[in-house]
Amino acid sequence: MKKRTFLLTGVAAAALASGAFADGHAPVKVGFIYVGPIGDGGWTYEHNKGRLAVEEHFGDKVETVFQENVPEGADAERAMTQMALQGADLIFTTSFGYMDPTIAVAAKFPDVKFEHATGYKRADNVSTYSARFYEGRAIQGHIAGNMTKTNKIGYIASFPIPEVIRGINSAYLHAKKVNPDVEFSIVWAYTWFDPAKEADAAKALIENGADVILQHTDSTAPQAAAADAGNVVTFGQASDMGEYAPFPRVSSIIDDWAPYYIQRVQAVMDGTWESVDTWDGIGPGMVGIGEITDAVPADVKAEAEAMRDAIGAGEYHPFTGPINKQDGSVWLAAGETASDGDLAGMSFYIEGLTGEIPN
Amino acid sequence: MELSINPILLVASLMVASTPILLAAIGEMVVEKAGVLNLGVEGMMIVGAICGFAIAVETGSPAVGFVAAALGGAILSMLFGFLTQYLLSNQVATGLALTLFGLGLSSLMGQGYVGIKPPSTPKLDIPILGDIPVLGPMIFSHDLMVYISLAIVAGVWAFLKYTRGGLILRAVGESHDAAHALGYNVILVRLAAIGFGGACAGLGGAYLSLVRVPQWTEGMTAGAGWIALAIVVFASWRAGRVLLGAYLFGGITVLQLNLQAAGVAIPVELLSMSPYLITILVLVIISSDRNRAALNAPASLGRSFHASS
Repeated sequence: MKKRTFLLTGVAAAALASGAFADGHAPVKVGFIYVGPIGDGGWTYEHNKGRLAVEEHFGDKVETVFQENVPEGADAERAMTQMALQGADLIFTTSFGYMDPTIAVAAKFPDVKFEHATGYKRADNVSTYSARFYEGRAIQGHIAGNMTKTNKIGYIASFPIPEVIRGINSAYLHAKKVNPDVEFSIVWAYTWFDPAKEADAAKALIENGADVILQHTDSTAPQAAAADAGNVVTFGQASDMGEYAPFPRVSSIIDDWAPYYIQRVQAVMDGTWESVDTWDGIGPGMVGIGEITDAVPADVKAEAEAMRDAIGAGEYHPFTGPINKQDGSVWLAAGETASDGDLAGMSFYIEGLTGEIPN
Repeated sequence: MELSINPILLVASLMVASTPILLAAIGEMVVEKAGVLNLGVEGMMIVGAICGFAIAVETGSPAVGFVAAALGGAILSMLFGFLTQYLLSNQVATGLALTLFGLGLSSLMGQGYVGIKPPSTPKLDIPILGDIPVLGPMIFSHDLMVYISLAIVAGVWAFLKYTRGGLILRAVGESHDAAHALGYNVILVRLAAIGFGGACAGLGGAYLSLVRVPQWTEGMTAGAGWIALAIVVFASWRAGRVLLGAYLFGGITVLQLNLQAAGVAIPVELLSMSPYLITILVLVIISSDRNRAALNAPASLGRSFHASS
């Protein structure tokens, strides 16, 4: 351990001495750590689009590097350390599971700025950023509740973290509003990206009677499984997944990271970068709603679009009381809206959902 | 809560889910029986997945796609064979490199194939057998590849147990020096085994991209190759146990997803780790006779051979 620390500091010192760090002239080096491959068609694909937008916007004033398929956990620390040693000035770590590794590596490289997606731990040189995906989930829930004939909606969840639980709650709340008989079956896949497993999960849900599949995993495999089944509705996740439109994919949540990435790189160039916590939704455009296809009845489509606009304008909050928790206790009184703090740490189902959240 | 899982559908999806791992594992078993440790299974699988997918899309024939996948996997494995058998590079390092290379190569080859639907692989309509009530839809209504994978397992078992060729292959894997002294061409035998392993891994990959998922996505094997490698070891290099291991793993994976979908009140954490846990447990218990298991491990596994040494 000692030897390694010594080596690290040695290399870092050498890098400093040779002026590899931003001196105002050298291009700003921006690193990206991805949890899946850039061709996943979903989550990582959109982050990479953001990276390409940064390159296009700044031209040769920036240099970007990225690493794909970085497992969440100890290996992530190695990848980030390597990037920092290569002289990156700003590193975006784009998955929830990179939270602790990001904090640990950031402590070793106080001069490098880090940005961690979807987490809640910050430091002087670590910002966090995320999108209010639950706003999009509300619209999905509305469409799903209207479109299901079996009243069974399947949900492929990844890991039991607040972001995923918010999505389930939001979708369920709005499906239930339009269809009191609706039931959610939730499958925890314990992966962000494994097309075979995602396809198996989708098939299992379909075989159990679900005719709408919502997914919180990154690949398009559930779309393919639904297309195969023929009469199952899906939604694009993280990316438009337009290849599967107009059916089974009837709409989508699109993450648009480009404006944020450009803004943050600019801040590093200007020397105005500060540790912040950004959480933007439909309004600022970080969450986009993909085209609602004609497979959705016209009135449902109009309602969904109205909801999208109301959320975007800040007139409607997807979590507006009265809402009870699963155990029947009151979470939000009538008219009350959820605080960001409550949402950020959400670890409970709302009333009506069955099953337990794994720990 | 009532159990709404349909056992017929379950067994049917179990066989589909297990086939990629089974193919990759049985191929790797032959490679290891010849005394070569090829850690590049994941890389060969994914190259097979894209080769098979691309050719099936271009020709419109899944059968041609599978042949191309086997060829693609075999060609990639020959790179490994050349490096380790002729240039005597370290097998572990070369195998790992092969995986990285295969992942990169496949995403390059797959650039134009994202979001495309492959031609569907027809399910066999076996007369008589397919009409048996329960068993018919369960076991006899799959696509041809499922049966080919089972035939390969049976073939490998018979080949290793009963044929002269199998004996030579095992001799090479046990003691390459002795086999060499007897006049067998160690390198040629090993290359043949490596090529077979590559072809099987390629088929397994193509089964993922053409049947099980079915679509092309970068990195879609997502670790299946490593599971196959683990199954070979836990199955103590026996064809029957490889089959058992692969079906257990695939089966429990599908079962646990079905149990979750049906809302059975078993903690999800338990369900989620059950495929790994149960597969390892069962295979370890079967292979618990340590002396016999050790006998099964090819004695020259992972060692380089050079005629002069």
